Amino acid sequence: MSMAGPKLEWRGVAKAFEGRPVLHGLDLSVEAGKSLVIIGGSGQGKSVTIKIAMGLMQPDAGAVFVDGANMTRLSGGARRKLYRKFGMLFQGAALFDSLTVWENVAFRLINADGVSRKAARERAIEALSRVRLGAEAADLYPNELSGGMQKRVGLARAVVANPEIIMFDEPTTGLDPITADAINSLIVEQVKGLGATAVSITHDLASARRIGDEVAMLHDGAIVWRGPAADIDRSGNPYVEQFVAGRADGPITAAI
Amino acid sequence: MGVNPVQAVGRASLGGLQFVGRAALFAVRGTASVFAPPLFLGQTGRQLVSIGYFSLPVVGLTAVFTGAALALNIYTGGGRFNAEQIMPQIVALGITRELGPVLAALMLAGRVSAAIAAEIGAMRATEQIDAMQTLSTDPFRYLVAPRLAAAVIALPLLTLVADTIGIAGGWLVATRTLNFNATTYVRSTWAFIQGWDVGSGLIKAAVFGFIVALMGCFHGYYASGGARGVGRATTHAVVSAAVLIFAADYLLTTVFTHR
Repeated sequence: MSMAGPKLEWRGVAKAFEGRPVLHGLDLSVEAGKSLVIIGGSGQGKSVTIKIAMGLMQPDAGAVFVDGANMTRLSGGARRKLYRKFGMLFQGAALFDSLTVWENVAFRLINADGVSRKAARERAIEALSRVRLGAEAADLYPNELSGGMQKRVGLARAVVANPEIIMFDEPTTGLDPITADAINSLIVEQVKGLGATAVSITHDLASARRIGDEVAMLHDGAIVWRGPAADIDRSGNPYVEQFVAGRADGPITAAI
Repeated sequence: MGVNPVQAVGRASLGGLQFVGRAALFAVRGTASVFAPPLFLGQTGRQLVSIGYFSLPVVGLTAVFTGAALALNIYTGGGRFNAEQIMPQIVALGITRELGPVLAALMLAGRVSAAIAAEIGAMRATEQIDAMQTLSTDPFRYLVAPRLAAAVIALPLLTLVADTIGIAGGWLVATRTLNFNATTYVRSTWAFIQGWDVGSGLIKAAVFGFIVALMGCFHGYYASGGARGVGRATTHAVVSAAVLIFAADYLLTTVFTHR
């Protein structure tokens, strides 16, 4: 058994919006090289969990640790340095629409790492080929791409600098099942290829089974179940069972 | 339930104070970013073109019509005590000290504040600003600083253009319809105008440029609530920039006249 602690850990993380608690004392951790998928219904705090881990949102209480170091209240400069360990694929891909595809992929290289534009372009095209996009896509603008292609460019941007931790925010939302499966395959391939630690949030069970080593279910601001992805159909947990079966009746109230 | 007027006034005052506080913090952080490397000079150049160069037509048109109308009004006013001949000097003074910078700034409030707020607001709504942060790039340095710097540089230059075209507008009306002599008009304007008339206007313009870019960036950066939020941010940017321009104009004019 490894003596090393978890790669990424949430300890007692709480967050409320205008008095409405979203997370209360979330404890969760991921081992290095593992892929954790957080599932849960709409409005259960999945996005907040990942945004707090990325430092895009500050928790009201608790902290997030990366390699054992508390990264919750870092200064701007220290935070930017830490981001070198991270890559993130946003829900809507969040590509910069004023920049071309290759400039999007190479954004970190050019603007934060001081790589020359020529070298950055080569690395961007190499990263695009990893997500099965040819060099001919490099000079297009994001609005000229389909949703699935935008996700692929977002994935290339997330992995171009070989991050240690990659976050996926609803990677398959809004995609047809075939494109979604292709994205899932690319995610698994990239994460395993880099040996990276991955955290994904999704309500797409097919995606969760495909990309997760482990699954954690978030409900009402806390983790109600956690186990290997293979055990999701025999969890014995009423919340997970209801979620997997997609029933409206059960301990979870539908968010309508 | 009726609206309690005391409560409404209280809420509005708190909201106003909160706006002032947040905008001031934003201004300090934005200004610091202008001087903190990495400087994104390419971005600043691009903003100079879009804020400055592409505003030339609208600023020029505003100035020529304002100069012409001003000339007619001053001619009428001067005529009431037989002082029509003072018109060129008053036009020059009014344009360089007041109308050149203020009108150029107001056109930029409409054209540039709105565009900045909409662009940055849409980037906020689509998580592009979050994405930029995770790519180790400070949005203040990449987005805010270039726009502030470009507007502070561009508006004085646009004001110089507005001054020239505004005075030319007055000259056109004076020589074509009011029987002024073309050469005499130019000579008397040139002899009358002082460096400080133009210089004080340019200082005003630099401050107004800062306000225009600041309000666009501030409202865009804190936009929330999707498309409606972006629309709201755009409106607030234009309105607050315009009001702050008038307030700053009064303050600066007070300072300049007492110096």
